[in-house]
Amino acid sequence: MSQQLDNIVRQVGEVILGKEHQIRLAIACMLARGHLLIEDIPGVGKTTLAHALAVTLGLQFQRIQFTSDLLPADILGVSIYERDAGSFRFHPGPIFAQLILADEINRATPKTQSALLEAMEEHQVTTEGETRPLPEPFFVIATQNPSHQIGTFPLPESQLDRFLMRIEIGYPDAGAERALLQGIDRRDLLPTLTPCMQPADLAMQQRNVREVHVAPALLDYLQALIDHSRKSTDYVHGLSPRASLALLNAARAWAMMDDRKQVLPEDVQAILPGVVGHRLFMARDNTRINGADIARQLIEEVAIP
Amino acid sequence: MLTPTDKLHPRHVGRLLLAVVMVAAPHVERLPWWTTTLGIMLIVWRAHSAHFDLELPRKWLLVLIVVGTMGGIYITYGRILGRDSGITLLIIMLGLKLLEMATLRDAMIMIFLSYFLVITNFLYSQSILTAIYMLCAVWVITAAMIGFQYRVRQPGYLSQLRTAGEILLQAVPLMVVLFVLFPRVQGPLWGMPQDANAGITGLSDEMSPGSVSQLILSDAIAFRVAFESQIPNSNQLYWRGPVLWDFDGVRWTAPRLPAPLQHEYLPLGVSINYTVTVEPHSRRWLFALDLPARTPPRSIMTNDFQLLAQAELNTRIRYDMSSYLSYRDNAAPARYELRRALALPSGTNPRSAALAAQMMRSSSSERDYVSTVLAMFRSQNYSYTTTPPPLYENPVDEFLFSTRAGFCEHYASAFAVLMRAAGVPARIVTGYQGGEINTVGNYLTVRQADAHAWVEIWLKDEGWIRVDPTAAVSPARVESGVASAIPESEALPILRGDHPWLRNARMTWDSLANSWNQMVLGYTPDRQRQLMRQIGIDDATWRSMVMLMLIAAGIVTLVLTAYLLRRLHVTRPDPVIAAYARFCANLERRGVERHRSEGPDAFCRRACAAVPELAPSINTISNVYIRLRYGSDAQPADVLTLQREVNLLRGRKYARPARRAAA
Repeated sequence: MSQQLDNIVRQVGEVILGKEHQIRLAIACMLARGHLLIEDIPGVGKTTLAHALAVTLGLQFQRIQFTSDLLPADILGVSIYERDAGSFRFHPGPIFAQLILADEINRATPKTQSALLEAMEEHQVTTEGETRPLPEPFFVIATQNPSHQIGTFPLPESQLDRFLMRIEIGYPDAGAERALLQGIDRRDLLPTLTPCMQPADLAMQQRNVREVHVAPALLDYLQALIDHSRKSTDYVHGLSPRASLALLNAARAWAMMDDRKQVLPEDVQAILPGVVGHRLFMARDNTRINGADIARQLIEEVAIP
Repeated sequence: MLTPTDKLHPRHVGRLLLAVVMVAAPHVERLPWWTTTLGIMLIVWRAHSAHFDLELPRKWLLVLIVVGTMGGIYITYGRILGRDSGITLLIIMLGLKLLEMATLRDAMIMIFLSYFLVITNFLYSQSILTAIYMLCAVWVITAAMIGFQYRVRQPGYLSQLRTAGEILLQAVPLMVVLFVLFPRVQGPLWGMPQDANAGITGLSDEMSPGSVSQLILSDAIAFRVAFESQIPNSNQLYWRGPVLWDFDGVRWTAPRLPAPLQHEYLPLGVSINYTVTVEPHSRRWLFALDLPARTPPRSIMTNDFQLLAQAELNTRIRYDMSSYLSYRDNAAPARYELRRALALPSGTNPRSAALAAQMMRSSSSERDYVSTVLAMFRSQNYSYTTTPPPLYENPVDEFLFSTRAGFCEHYASAFAVLMRAAGVPARIVTGYQGGEINTVGNYLTVRQADAHAWVEIWLKDEGWIRVDPTAAVSPARVESGVASAIPESEALPILRGDHPWLRNARMTWDSLANSWNQMVLGYTPDRQRQLMRQIGIDDATWRSMVMLMLIAAGIVTLVLTAYLLRRLHVTRPDPVIAAYARFCANLERRGVERHRSEGPDAFCRRACAAVPELAPSINTISNVYIRLRYGSDAQPADVLTLQREVNLLRGRKYARPARRAAA
């Protein structure tokens, strides 16, 4: 892994204690040009993680707090009549930034959610008949509370699919918790973070991800996994082609972060929980159980050819 | 691949020359010397011009050589067409074509000519050795043809030979189908009637002093016999051939027009059954043990129990026979027969006639007289030899009274003359006596050297009975064969005291040749029909045979094609996967089982932790495997490294579980 990425992991790791795996997953997701969904109960550091990532990656950062009365225009921006100029002028919304933190995305109404999700997919926004490109790179890190909490609008499956990964942070272990309790407020640490790379560096790293070699044998394994998800009766429906592309790109990013020139089955297995956790639904009870459990089951059932 | 007009590479020419030399070589012994010389010159010329990349000779020179060759052939053979002259012409033309051969098109013509030349060799010999040699020649020709698929860089001659061998092997099933089912034609497929069997030595229909003893120098096989049961004793093996009635004082001859069988004899005992395979001898007679009990197909039996085929035996034939070894042939013969069996030319051999009259007078009966004559041979210093002194005007007189040394024809002739002079009807039977038992194939081989002559006399009460005067002189001749009967000093074609292993080798080889004759060369229309009957086609016409052949050939081709196509698609097990599987199996025996969904890197770490003493080896294997299977920069040598390392690991001793537990 390059020095820059190493620094990012280390710096973010100082803010979010004992969650290096999740941090690395998040970075892999961004290297694979994907949007990230962090789902967990309030207070485990979702927002802090997103914020820390934005700072250390050197990206221009905007935070949108989603509430039930948030309107699409609040995100995208509005045209306001300017009396001096005698015309409407567009005031860009917070979405015109390189990294958007969409906090508690499932608290907003579907209409507002979809405004964001369209921007995520197209990398552009259309308001009042005019299409405006979003800055490059453009990432969305969304956080959400588990959907069984009160006052949430669960994201529809189609929109979940837009996120490359969904990760769960989980409780810190005892040691990390003690360090947390003994140390200062984590939020106070955020200003001490320094950017570790320029947007150009990030673009280069993203290109490097594409260079990571994928052998036919690995594609065999990938296809075996996808095939199993489609044929197995455990899942409501199988993984989509977008999901398989997501798997491949995420595995490449993971391999690169592991300093390897080729993707191994282990890479696929490492990113599998993040990539398929929000895409597969158990047929048994039609609920999204923990992504890690689904991934573990899938890994167990598919032999490496 | 070369296109038809591409120039040939010297290496192509060289390999083609090798093939041409190989097919032409067996003809050399039959070619006139000047053809051989010319042929060698042409080949050397072509090799030389290929090696130094010289221009090929002009057309007018080649035309000149052609004209000269035609003239030479006409002078040598008296004709241009015909077997020998035709092949000579073909070989010279082949040599000339070499000098014209510049492009692939010419070379392909050479290839086909060479294949054709292979066939011509079978006009002369169809032995196993010839067949094997020609198979090799076909192999070499095919390899040369395969070489044309490559321009300059060739994959090496051995590889071409291997490809050619594979192609020929694939053709074997088709060859078997064609051999078994192609409609056979009667008669020799290869032998050409006019001059095919010239110069074959064997029995003739006349006998004079020295005519049988000259045969002893020939170890050529006359016929082979397979008995259904036990082979009878040697002294019972009288193989009946031409029967000679007429004597001119020197020579015995057989009647020009033999009378067909008109009487029956009384068999005593049971018949013995056997199968005879006669080598071609250009005469009509077939051989059977005294006395034949039936007539083979397409042949007749004469009144003196000779078997005569309808046509001359120009090809090897095989027939089932049965004979009665003991019999009573006492039907009254016709008067003219008795007259013929008593006739002696007047004025010849007078002393013999006088001796016969004298001995007859002192004998009480004809039987007694016969005993007296045989006793005379036995007691009066007569000797048995293949090299008797020459006899002139009255050979019987000279033999009986002065030289007293002779071979079977001398004894038979003298005995028959003595019988006739005393009024006892007598005739001479020629044929073969004894034979060599081939212990390998359990059959009897009768050679020309086993040729023999004996006498049959007619006694009033007993009919025709066999008397062998040679047996009186040299009992060993009929007891154990000619080789042990003649003196040590005389030449014999067959090694007398040969080593057991040599004898065994000779018998094995003869047995092999016999099988080849029976199974391959002896596959006649009759046997083909017999085979067809066995598979349920009762009246096989050539139409049904062709139909069957096409169907069988089609099936064989389909099966072969399917097999070959399948072989194209079957992916060989990846050596990398196989080696890694061996590695995992080995570690499993050592107590570290790889889960089927465990990646190689994860497994490596776990295995290293579990079996730390093997960690370096496990690391190497895993890294090489990862590079080979998932990497982009694997080298071909990595496969070997992987296999070597895995094998090394498999060689490492297993830690004893007990000891490890203790540790």
